[in-house]
Amino acid sequence: MQSRSETLIDMEQMNISEYKHILVYAEVRDEKVSGISLELLGEATRLAAALGNNTEVWAAVLGVDGEKYSSELFRYGAQKVIVYSNSMLGVYRSDLYGEALTQLVNKYKPETVLIGATYAGSELAPTVAAKLKTGLAAHCNELRIDENKQFIQVVPAFGGKVLGDILTPGHRPQMATIKSGIMQKNEPCERTGVVEKFDCDLTSVGDKIQVLAVNKEQSTRRPLNESEIIIGGGFGVGSKEKWAQLEELASLLGGATGCTRPALDEGWTQGEHTMIGTSGVAVKPKVYINFGISGAAHHTCGIKDAGLIISVNKDACAPIFEVSDFKIVSEWEKIVPALIEKLK
Amino acid sequence: MALNIAVCVKAVPDSKYYDKITIDPATRMMVREGIPTIISDLDKHALEAALALRDKNQGKVSVFTMAPESARDNILEALAMGADEGFLLSDRAFAGADTLATSYTLAAAIQAKGPFDIVITGNESDDGSTGQVSAQLGEWLGFPHVMNIASLSFEHDALMIRALYEEGTIDYKVALPAVLGVTRKVNKPRLTNIMGMLKAKSKPLTVLHYGDFPTDDRYLGLKGSPTQPGDIYAPKMSRKTVELSGAPEEIADRIVQELCKAGVRH
Repeated sequence: MQSRSETLIDMEQMNISEYKHILVYAEVRDEKVSGISLELLGEATRLAAALGNNTEVWAAVLGVDGEKYSSELFRYGAQKVIVYSNSMLGVYRSDLYGEALTQLVNKYKPETVLIGATYAGSELAPTVAAKLKTGLAAHCNELRIDENKQFIQVVPAFGGKVLGDILTPGHRPQMATIKSGIMQKNEPCERTGVVEKFDCDLTSVGDKIQVLAVNKEQSTRRPLNESEIIIGGGFGVGSKEKWAQLEELASLLGGATGCTRPALDEGWTQGEHTMIGTSGVAVKPKVYINFGISGAAHHTCGIKDAGLIISVNKDACAPIFEVSDFKIVSEWEKIVPALIEKLK
Repeated sequence: MALNIAVCVKAVPDSKYYDKITIDPATRMMVREGIPTIISDLDKHALEAALALRDKNQGKVSVFTMAPESARDNILEALAMGADEGFLLSDRAFAGADTLATSYTLAAAIQAKGPFDIVITGNESDDGSTGQVSAQLGEWLGFPHVMNIASLSFEHDALMIRALYEEGTIDYKVALPAVLGVTRKVNKPRLTNIMGMLKAKSKPLTVLHYGDFPTDDRYLGLKGSPTQPGDIYAPKMSRKTVELSGAPEEIADRIVQELCKAGVRH
């Protein structure tokens, strides 16, 4: 093994009592703090209250000009914002970001680190956890503090069919990634806190990874998890042409469409961000109406927090019905046109 | 330049049967009897990416799996797809590993059987879906690593990578040796055929036990795992379901009423 371990904390020497407070990694993309980071500040506030003992909520920002995001982070619950600014941090790179966050964690020694399970966050978290040789729980559905003040991370497995508790008893920090749409933001309120500038040495990183280009896709879609009403479609929809009817229904209702893995694989809808489920987006709209979805665990796990679930499937035994408030056994092609007609 | 490529594949219960998984209320253990074990979906894309690179640039593709010895069949399938050799890391000393210990063990074997220019994995597995092993392999090996890969090619002496992010894609140039985590977008895996399966049986498949390659025991198996599993349970998702029937127009009327009640339509 390449030995970078001299800079790492050795497992046997760890004094876990040195670690305190909850650090949220505040991800900045395209000069905006990502929504998931604000959701995590809300969750961190609740965890800090459950822990007591003056536990604080901190945010860490890595970016070109990290300081300008601090007031927003304070507003959503950070008590301290640790900022590392470097002109090289304009675009995410696993090597630079991984090294910077590792050095930051080593200096501030938070007990817990929460990272949004974005594309970058899902890579950054295991990178930092490996450098620190500590534990990381992926895509947590729930975080809680038990009666012994232990941090319990609830993770899905087998597409959400099974949930399991994960503990990190002997290592710090205890790290978790969480998908957007699961945790609740705090109500924003005007307040300030401490801004700490952090400096670190990234010369060891080198230039094995170079950014050549960032290709932004113009999307007019509203993010699925911001929609109050979502129309879902699965393999049962049948074709891209037919899918257009779901788009029409969604636009009449001022909502968005989401899909299952098979529908995405068929190319009826564009992009992973339209896929609802454990490996896609978790959503909690006020209403979720779905057509031609059988209800595999991957998918149902991503809709369990929806307000009202109305499912249309021609198979009376489809598992989707078990998790639905309203069950309609019918070919979807009969229901959607009737709905469109009624709404027009 | 000929490329030596390692591909890590995971043998997982077939995701088509996840609905059959239950938890025994008495033992609190998961029951997954009768569910076939297959190569995790994205790992087939990783293997295809490796085979394509090898076919274009020459070299060798070696498959690594850490699993019970029954996963021999899954490695045979990878060999039938076209991989050149397989290594099955199987030992009680490796068992109970979380992602950190798993990535350590795989990295130690890759280090011992290398040198490799490229290590490719699926972005995440079907079963645990943590998506952690790829980046952690890179860290243990000291290689640059990129995940969420939508396309890749090898040009001159470097990898040209297009990786996904929320607002589009990022293009990277990555020096060798490197670790890559691929998504479904990267390719369409080839199917196995009879010829491939016949050839697979004569390709080298080596079982590596504890002691067959150098390891630091502190990082292996349960002992090397900072995370510990606690209780497992089935999520409570079932709702009181009301069936609506009648003519489509009646059903549409009722749905609209419910939308009004839910406050999304007035």
